[in-house]
Parts: sequence; structure tokens; C-alpha cells
Amino acid sequence: MSLAMFVQHLFNALTLGSLYALIAIGYTMVYGILRLINFAHGEIFMMGAYFVFWGVTLFHLPWPIAVIGAILVTSMAGIMVDRVAYKPLRNAPRISALISSIGVSFFLQNFAIVVFSAIPRAVQRPDWLVKVIVIDKIRILPLTLVFPVLSFILMMGLLYVVYRTKPGLGMRAISKDIETSRLMGVPVNRIIAITFGMGSALAAASGIMWALRYPQLQPVMGVIPGFKAFIAAVFGGIGSIQGAVIGGLVLGFIEIMIVAFLPTLAGYRDAFAFVLLIIILLIMPTGLMGEKLEDKV
Amino acid sequence: MLRISDLNVHYGGIHAIKGISIEVPRGKIVTLIGANGAGKSSTLRAVAGLVHKSSGSVLFDGREIGKLAAEDIVKAGITMAPEGRRIFPHLTVLENLMLGAYSRSDQKGIARDIDWVYELFPRLKERTWQKGGTLSGGEQQMLAVGRALMGSPKLIMLDEPSLGLAPLLVKEVFGIIKTINDEGKTVLLVEQNAYAALKIAHAAYVLEVGSIVLSGTGEELLRNPKVREAYLGG
Repeated sequence: MSLAMFVQHLFNALTLGSLYALIAIGYTMVYGILRLINFAHGEIFMMGAYFVFWGVTLFHLPWPIAVIGAILVTSMAGIMVDRVAYKPLRNAPRISALISSIGVSFFLQNFAIVVFSAIPRAVQRPDWLVKVIVIDKIRILPLTLVFPVLSFILMMGLLYVVYRTKPGLGMRAISKDIETSRLMGVPVNRIIAITFGMGSALAAASGIMWALRYPQLQPVMGVIPGFKAFIAAVFGGIGSIQGAVIGGLVLGFIEIMIVAFLPTLAGYRDAFAFVLLIIILLIMPTGLMGEKLEDKV
Repeated sequence: MLRISDLNVHYGGIHAIKGISIEVPRGKIVTLIGANGAGKSSTLRAVAGLVHKSSGSVLFDGREIGKLAAEDIVKAGITMAPEGRRIFPHLTVLENLMLGAYSRSDQKGIARDIDWVYELFPRLKERTWQKGGTLSGGEQQMLAVGRALMGSPKLIMLDEPSLGLAPLLVKEVFGIIKTINDEGKTVLLVEQNAYAALKIAHAAYVLEVGSIVLSGTGEELLRNPKVREAYLGG
């Protein structure tokens, strides 16, 4: 493999990895606060993508406005999912909300089939994202430069909210001890809604970029990226935002590089992720940066 | 200031609080003493809005707060340092204190109260940037009390603040409770260390299996033969 080829693969890996990372953050944040794996998260990702292309093709909105609008509507949808499907189960055993999330996932997929139709749609991409740049024999799709940068900016924004703002402090408190957070006057339900909203916004951003990368929309497009991002979150240590980012990037690299270096195994690319999940759960169940039990009395 | 009337709490089939009434006058220290499982903590938790009240009313400054959510009770001016301290081990001392002030938005007042808490507990100031989980038990208790003070409460509820502390620290904790009270905060104190609690309390209630069996001033109860026998070791 030539160096030029390798660099191209590197950018592809970075793109895929950062898209996984954006989804994985949503899994990990919701888990961190509610100890719930929100299996409907992949469908939120799908909805983000559909909303944007609705906005562009149906309402003829300019791209930036369609993107921002879609992200806002999707985060509302994420908050609604929590309201309808998880909030009534807050005091129920944890497995109930998990099952509820699987139900929401199926519901949203089928809802999308009804509303958006099951026929895959091609996505019209703006030229500037796909006009290949050639630098010294390296052929790069502009979007493989733009998407990782955008993802990075979004992640920095999220980290800022979590570590530097008051709602972020509330989130970090709730993730450890909901009852004591209440005693401190933290409006728990509002913070949970903000968490769902932010996680869904990132998933929507990822879904939009995904649809531009693999220019196609379909109602089940969120399933496999959703599972992979979940694996990324577990690999990084579920509950840890930094872990989700690292897990997403690592998974993106593994996937692209396996296909690049071992093209005969390309058909198994999805299987690798799941094998990775099994290995992590066997040898390192708390992941790279997961919560270790503290021994301090 | 706080008037609890005919409060009942059930946990499933268990009748944990059986129609108790308690009065906490402004500016005073009132203590609830009693054995394990008498319902002391449940009473505080019911006032704080953490457990469901089956019936009864809680009047605070003449306003019914029995139906409010926990976060609104904090806003109304009641905070609590819970049993077992329950500080946030993964957050710094300063972040723990800022959480206590979560319901407030007066930045100046918050900054002033941080200084005040650091003045009360100089050891916390030295440890501002340390994670709560790395503090010793006594320091964690101070953090729990300081955090409750950060909510700028009119009434502060302390649940077993001396639990698990060395005798010297116990003395310090009770000294601080008196200081807080002298600075104008009304205190509702739950304690198993009945002697120390009664010594500083203006009024006291004795709870037994969910009911109040005795009440009076701290001094009266200290002299009461029944109290001496049951709670003060004869």
C-alpha cells in the first residue's frame, strides 16, 4: 500500500470514528445519569438525517438553516422519547426502561417507514463537500476533512457544557447520586431532559454527516451505526464521555484499516465490532475509562 | 418557623411515622433523639421532600410546603446535610459547595457564602481543589454541613452529623452547630448522641417507633429520669 493510499484511509477512519464518537457520547451520557442503555438512540440519529433532507428538498431551506433546524427538532424528539417512554419508568426496575427503549427503537423505525417510506433515498450533496482535492498524489474528499473538524468542535462544546456550566455540574452530580442532587436543589428532571436533548443533538449531527458521507437515507440506517457506537461507548467505558470519544475513534480506525489491509475480510467488517464487544466484556468490562470502584471509606 | 402537624409516612406496608407534630421556632436549635429506626431520619427526609408523606401538613413560614418537590423546598429555604454525609466523591470541594448553591443565582451572595463557609471550616479552604472522596471522614462531614449552608437556608437540617467521628471531632461538630445557630440559622438536628444534642438544643423531642413520646427543653430532657435511663446511660 502506498503512503498516499494510507493517508486517504487515515482520513476515512478519522471521519467514521468521529461520527461513531458523536453517537457514542449520547449513549454514555444517558447511561451515566440514568443507568439506561437508550437503544432508541440509533433512530434519533436516523431522524436527524431525514429531517435535514426534508428541510432541503421539501421546504427548500438553505443548508445551514436546515441543519440547525433538524438538530433542534431532533433534540426535541429525544426529549420527547424520554418523557413518553422512560420518565414514567424512573422508579421501575432498570430492565423496564431498557425494554421500553427497544420498543421505542422499533416504533421509530416503523414510524419512519410510514412517514418517510422504506425506499432508500439518494442524498444530493453540495459540491464543495465532494470535489476531490489532490495534494501530492493524495486524493482527499473535502468532507473527510470537514466532518472530523465539525465533530471535534461539537465535542469541545459538549465538554464545555459538562465541565464548565451549572447544568453540567448538575449532570455530574446526578450521575453519582440522584437523591443527594435533589437535596442540593438540582432540578433533576430538567437536567435529564437537557442530557437527552444534547445527546440527541449530537446524534442528529452525526446522522446528517453520515447521510452526506454515504449518500443515502433509509429508515433502518441508524441500526448498525447505533450498535457500533454502543460498542464504542462500552469499549471506552460506559459513563465516560472521553471514553466514548476514544472508543468511537478506535472503532472507526479498526474498521477502516481492516478493510484496507485485509480486503478479503471486508465482508466481515461489522462482525469485527461485535467480536470486539465480546472481548471487552470478557476481559475489561468497565472499558478503558469506566468507573472503577473507589476504595476510599 | 417550621410546623409539622400530624405527619404520617408509610414505606410499603410499614407505618414508619405515626402522626407526629413538631414545632421549630425561628432562631432555635431543635433536636430529635431516639433509637435506630425510631423515624428521626424519615421525618427529616419527609420535610426535605425525599419521601412521600401519606398525610399531614408541613408549614414553613406560614406556607404549606408538604406537596413541594425537593428542589422547591431548597428554594423555600430548607437545606439538609444528609445522614452518611453523601458528599460527591468525584467532584472537588469547591464543586460540592457550588452544588449546594445550585438553587441560587446571586453570584455575589454565593461568593460571600463560600468565604463564610471557608471561615467556618478552614480545612476545607486548604482542600478547595481536592476531590471530595479524598477527604477524611471529619472533613467530609464539614463539607456536608458547608454544602447545606451554601443553599442560604433559613432552616438547616442535620442528620446524624456526629456519626462515625472521633470524640474530639464530635465536640468540634457540635461547636460549629452552635456557631451556625448564633449566626442566625435555625437548626433541626437529628442525633443518636443524645447527651451532646440535648446540651445545645433549645427544644427536643424523643421519638420511639414512629411516635413522639416526650418533648421539652433540652435541659428538661437531660434531667428526665426516663431519658437518662434510655438514652444517656443511666
